[in-house]
Amino acid sequence: MSKKMHIKLTVNGKPEEFLAEPRELLIYTLRERLNITGPHIGCETSHCGACTVTLNGKSVKACTMFVAQADGADVTTIEGIGGPDTLHPLQTAFKEHHGLQCGYCTPGMITRAMKLLEENPDPTEEEIRFGMAGNLCRCTGYQNIVKSIKAAASEMNAAGSSGREAAGSKKEVEAAE
Amino acid sequence: MIPAAFEYHRPKDLDGVLSLLTEHGDEARVMAGGHSLIPMMKLRMADVPHLIDLQDVAGLTGISHSDNTIRLGAMVTQHDIIGDAKLAERAPILREAALQIADPQVRYMGTVGGNVANGDPGNDMPGLMQCLDAVFTLVGPEGTRDVPARDFYEAAYMTAREDDEVLTAVTIPVPRGGYAYEKQKRKIGDYATAAAAVQIVKDGGTCTAASIAMTNLSDTPVYSDAAGAALIGTSLDDAARAAAVAAMLGDIDPTEDNRGPVAFKIHVAGVILNRAIERAWARA
Repeated sequence: MSKKMHIKLTVNGKPEEFLAEPRELLIYTLRERLNITGPHIGCETSHCGACTVTLNGKSVKACTMFVAQADGADVTTIEGIGGPDTLHPLQTAFKEHHGLQCGYCTPGMITRAMKLLEENPDPTEEEIRFGMAGNLCRCTGYQNIVKSIKAAASEMNAAGSSGREAAGSKKEVEAAE
Repeated sequence: MIPAAFEYHRPKDLDGVLSLLTEHGDEARVMAGGHSLIPMMKLRMADVPHLIDLQDVAGLTGISHSDNTIRLGAMVTQHDIIGDAKLAERAPILREAALQIADPQVRYMGTVGGNVANGDPGNDMPGLMQCLDAVFTLVGPEGTRDVPARDFYEAAYMTAREDDEVLTAVTIPVPRGGYAYEKQKRKIGDYATAAAAVQIVKDGGTCTAASIAMTNLSDTPVYSDAAGAALIGTSLDDAARAAAVAAMLGDIDPTEDNRGPVAFKIHVAGVILNRAIERAWARA
């Protein structure tokens, strides 16, 4: 066991402070230490994206980050995006368009989709598929996930900025083969 | 998947990094985005008693341009490369390659410096940087030195970088002519079965310069001088492309793995290089 570190994080707007071994993975910090269980552990090998969170404005896989690296960071999980009574347009769209079946990948999907739409508020189907390529779903075949994100983008664009934080207009996504 | 315990360091400057490397010797390793090193530590294939996180080290970020060169700080991420309009205009092959690395989440973390310094034959940036004739800047206790990408790789995970040195920047001459980064992979997130980086200069229908490097077809990236030479002075007809492919096949040394047997890899390498040459020529 290594020396514990004093860690400070802001998670979904709430400051957290605790002692942890630097080797603790951020996904375990969130789930087991802070009881924030929206981000899931799927593969734990940085492939599936079920553990996706937003960290300092980047979509990252929380299974591939030591808590020590995240010291001082601002983290948003699905819990910070919307709750049962305050569904985010992405959550509503996933529900209405059957963007999930078992639901295991959904928190990671929506957290990633949120960042994608911030960077590219009106993506094409191809851009959605490319931008969501780090998130695996074994139920839906992806069709309804793409439909859900497209529908949420329309909804959010129609509602102006109310459904979304300041959105960049930069088009980052482009099909690469 | 819990890695072995380690002591974590997050120095603010390069002097701090170097003194930690000197103090802890081969017990210390630097980490950039961590997306190669952390998985290895989780599998306990890498044991790192002292982990030096570079995220706060001043001077390692940013893309700077001069008339003839472009300098990428070691901590520039693939996501940064994809989003940089000036870079896309001056060296579009970097963006084309970065878009084919891993997936969006990994590209937010994955860095140029980590990708080239790690020495993994599967990484895409080493071959790309050999194609572009990049120079890597290494800083150590003895000072700063520059090593050409084409001389940097010795074997899998073995490079010209000494244990007490840090790769701080990658500098490329502004590429000329047409370009292509062509990669065959089984799925998003996989390493290449074969990949080719190509830059070609066309003058009046004739090829006047060509640079070709291949990825994941040997225990190092392979810069194939002979493949480029086979194109120069030709109009890139079928015979010239076939000669370039044949020359490239003479320089690679693929091994069988779960991406396929050697014969398949040789076949894919030829197809990928031919496609890359055609696309680069069309853009030249």
